[in-house]
Amino acid sequence: MIETRGLTKTFNDKKRGKVKAVDSVSLVCNPGQIYGLLGANGAGKTTTLRMLATILEPSDGTAIVAGHDVVDAPEKVRANVGFLSTATALYPRLTSQEMVEYFGRLNGLDEATLKKRLDEIFERLDMNSFRDRRCDKLSTGMKQKTSIARTLVHDPQVMIFDEPTSGLDVMTARTIIGFIRECRDRGKTVIFSTHVMSEVEKLCDVIGIIQSGKLLAEGSLAELRDRYHKQDLEDIFVEIVAPLYVPEEGN
Amino acid sequence: MSFRNVGIVYRKELTEALRDRRTLISTLLVPLLLFPVLTAGLGAAIASLIGKAKEEIPEVMIIGGSDSPEVVAGLQKLSKIKIVPTTPNYKEQIGNKEVRAAVDIPANFQSDLTEQRAATVKIYVYEGEMKSGIAAARVEEYLKNFRDGVVKDRLAAKNLPTTVLTPFDIKQQNVAPPEKVGATAFGGVIGYMVILLCFTGGMYPGIDLTAGEKERGTMETILSSPISRMHLVLGKFLLVLTASLVTAALSVTSMGISFAVLGHLHAFDQAGNDAAQLQMHIGLATVLSVFVMVLPLAVLFSALIMTIALFAKSYKEAQSYITPIMMLVIIPAVAAMLPVDLNAKLALVPILNASLLCKELVTGTYHWNYIAIIFFSTCVYAAAALFLAVRMFQREEVLFRS
Repeated sequence: MIETRGLTKTFNDKKRGKVKAVDSVSLVCNPGQIYGLLGANGAGKTTTLRMLATILEPSDGTAIVAGHDVVDAPEKVRANVGFLSTATALYPRLTSQEMVEYFGRLNGLDEATLKKRLDEIFERLDMNSFRDRRCDKLSTGMKQKTSIARTLVHDPQVMIFDEPTSGLDVMTARTIIGFIRECRDRGKTVIFSTHVMSEVEKLCDVIGIIQSGKLLAEGSLAELRDRYHKQDLEDIFVEIVAPLYVPEEGN
Repeated sequence: MSFRNVGIVYRKELTEALRDRRTLISTLLVPLLLFPVLTAGLGAAIASLIGKAKEEIPEVMIIGGSDSPEVVAGLQKLSKIKIVPTTPNYKEQIGNKEVRAAVDIPANFQSDLTEQRAATVKIYVYEGEMKSGIAAARVEEYLKNFRDGVVKDRLAAKNLPTTVLTPFDIKQQNVAPPEKVGATAFGGVIGYMVILLCFTGGMYPGIDLTAGEKERGTMETILSSPISRMHLVLGKFLLVLTASLVTAALSVTSMGISFAVLGHLHAFDQAGNDAAQLQMHIGLATVLSVFVMVLPLAVLFSALIMTIALFAKSYKEAQSYITPIMMLVIIPAVAAMLPVDLNAKLALVPILNASLLCKELVTGTYHWNYIAIIFFSTCVYAAAALFLAVRMFQREEVLFRS
């Protein structure tokens, strides 16, 4: 489970001075649920998820992820989290298998367990044909599968996806979407960020709309439709975000 | 501290480094080839060029001398120079390397000699130009012999012995063993090379493991794993250190072998050089002591390269930061080639101290008090640099600089 309490991140920007990239965000995501963080570019999605994955440290507030505090026990949090984004690339000079093995070892798996997990994952994701191929020689689809295998190797309770389909073709994106759904079906806690409305409509149990670092609205798709008297998610999104929207805010 | 995690990172980085052509070239190939090429290749090339220059019979012009046939005839008889007909633009021709030198015999030279009046013979030369220098030296040698002959005749005429002019002789006698003579001449260069290669050996992996990782987008991947940032830095640091030390070790070994082979072949003999000057026996003890001195320096370099390169967003940016740092390494390393001796103050100057010490070690001189100061001060600098590298990896604004 994920629970954030007043999660805040302030950056020092040369031009704008102190910028609150994430401003007191409090949200809850339960096991077996997909939480979709919906927002425009620069709204604060990536920073929020990076704090949940303990890649960044919160300036204020905190979050409990898989039972551990992100500020007090970041390493324990990471041991229970699978983090995937378009920015999490693979090591080009390692083979697909070496890449997954490396992360298995870093997650403290012993060699016997690691081997079992690898065989299982490579079989399930149909990756055996390119197991020993170097990552820089893989196709985009193969790379995505390797990344997925990397996040799954330690069987984490919580999955964090930061715009996982951005820049991917339809077929590869579908693999990822299918994978996210599977994570939920296996009882994992899933949070993911996107600016693609259709993905949110298809996948999410809870939607959080974020702009200028603030969580402006939260609820299931049905609840949001009810509250804003609109059917189309995009219309709802625009109505919520428009008052705060500043184009090209940047990160 | 989990050595297991540091080991996991180290092993993975080693696997990647061994598959990286750039790292392999800078770590293995350059140090292995540099010394043989430098000593044998360049040495032989220089020797053969000097030999050729000496073999060439330079063309020389004689200006004047029509009333001094004896000197002119003597010059013409010399087999080591060739007298060519004089032209009025001889100075220009020397400048254009068409003629190597010209000798100006003043009017009435011979009669002045007979009547014991002072006279000056001028040799026109292209200063700094080797072949012109050789020609001038040959002319001068002849003229000096000629002068000595005149002096002898005059002394004989007055019934005086030749010792009137040279009542005693002065002679320098070398007491240093031949290998020390060679080592003193080349010790500075060796320290410089080892230090420089120690730096360049760590440079490519140091950039690859920091800025390279950012550029390829794997930084976020690794930061999302449970490994602590300290273990991550240490694992990476150990790999950079390995590369730096392997480079240093290979360069010292290859240097030892090159000089041993060279000493054996006496390759410089043909050039007429003193073969003893190059007899450098870099024994195992020297190699080991140079290596031990280089150890803390390699730690310092590795940590420094990583700290600076981590700040960069890309491989290229990192290279542009590291290049000026390399100058900071080269300058003190080169300074050690100047006639400077170690003292307590200099023993505290990083890089320069190790470079000066290398020079001493190669000649087999061990000043233990300086060795201790240098070793420990470099260890302190290295520890500070390593601490800085670890701190750098904990700073978000450095890791996610945009």
